[in-house]
Amino acid sequence: MRNILVFIVRYHFLLLFLLLEIFSITLLVNSTYYQSSVLLKEGSRITGRFYTSISDATDYLKLRTTNEHLARENAMLRQMKGVSFLKNDTNSFWVHDTVYKQQYKYIVSKVVLNTVGKRNNYIMLDKGSRSGIQKDMAVITSNGIVGTVVNVSENFSWVMSLLNKHTRISGRITKNNQMGTIVWNGIDHLYGTLTDIPAHVKIAKGDTIVSSGYSYIFPAGLMIGTITDFRVEQGEHFYTIPFRFSVDFNALQYVYVVNNLMKDEQQALEKSMEGLKDE
Amino acid sequence: MNRLVINNIFRFIALVLIQVLIMNKINFYGFLNPYVYILFILLLPFETPGWLLLLLSFTMGLTVDLFSATLGLHAASSVFAGFMRPLIIKMVGEKPEYDITTQPKLQQMGLKWFMAYAMLMVFAHHLFLNMLDVFSFDEFWQTLLRVVISTLATFLFIMLFEYIFAAKKEK
Repeated sequence: MRNILVFIVRYHFLLLFLLLEIFSITLLVNSTYYQSSVLLKEGSRITGRFYTSISDATDYLKLRTTNEHLARENAMLRQMKGVSFLKNDTNSFWVHDTVYKQQYKYIVSKVVLNTVGKRNNYIMLDKGSRSGIQKDMAVITSNGIVGTVVNVSENFSWVMSLLNKHTRISGRITKNNQMGTIVWNGIDHLYGTLTDIPAHVKIAKGDTIVSSGYSYIFPAGLMIGTITDFRVEQGEHFYTIPFRFSVDFNALQYVYVVNNLMKDEQQALEKSMEGLKDE
Repeated sequence: MNRLVINNIFRFIALVLIQVLIMNKINFYGFLNPYVYILFILLLPFETPGWLLLLLSFTMGLTVDLFSATLGLHAASSVFAGFMRPLIIKMVGEKPEYDITTQPKLQQMGLKWFMAYAMLMVFAHHLFLNMLDVFSFDEFWQTLLRVVISTLATFLFIMLFEYIFAAKKEK
């Protein structure tokens, strides 16, 4: 016993170092664990308020671009409204429409913290579970996909942006409907990489990449980017396709959080399929 | 002694604010991320006991973590920097014995000593941080480039801060 105490006193510097290091790295690696999510939640209660007041002040500097974005989007929405369509079928009338059922709901939210320079980038939003945001919801802007919600507190939420090592989103080239995976190589926040497209497919610079819709998170057909280059690495059977993001991650301000109202139904169905596969 | 504690608390708060409000917003093609908050660890007095040095480094790192959604990343790197500090001081040269209040500062230790000390500390911290962030050797050269560029930036900022404060003290 005495020897252990002597050992601890003698090597306390090294032992404390190892202890703190193990604690920190556990926090970092297991960021999905309950303890760290509580720490992040309680932390964002303070830091979130702090960042909100900072961004309240700096928002005035960006009013012009924000207005431009809103005006452009308003114009687009106005085009979709019923009054801008000429009815050319006089035999049918709009009655209570049961053909369409709402699948996606959109929650507008403000970015209070954002980085683009790290290998793994995250975004903080000023709304949380109280506004209906949950984990695994999509985050988009009028220009395209931004990321997915990974952690929610009462009034704030953390979003993993596409500029992250762990991002894997399925994308589709609109021209030939080929499916691939979107990844980010960590070099430039303007460019991402599309992989898993077979080398025999014909593609061209300037083709657009949109979300495939093969997930519970992202609606189909959301813009991701435009192809700037493509090549097949030696010995590979798949293209490496750098593309330019349609979203400027460095200028994010207002975003929409997408709530898939049918997610539970879709997941329940998939779960029942898993049961079938096992048998 | 009391003054020293107050000075360090003030420095802690100021550096966290500078880090999260200004430095975290800087990015230059995604490679330049200065982390000036480690100046706090650099400037702790020579007499700081080892356990306190580690705990203070950890507190600093965790505070920055809470403000930048990287839970544990800065904490781990700061603790590493705190752990390396005695070794680096030994490497660069021990402090002169004439005065107990001597601190590892530019105006007390001289330009050459401080430059070597700051450069080694910043490099150790940034290397550990970036390796931990990427967590693989796949993109080693890219990571190293990131480390070198960020180290130079942080080093420049630290020298700048030191000169501003040194000039202030002389008045």
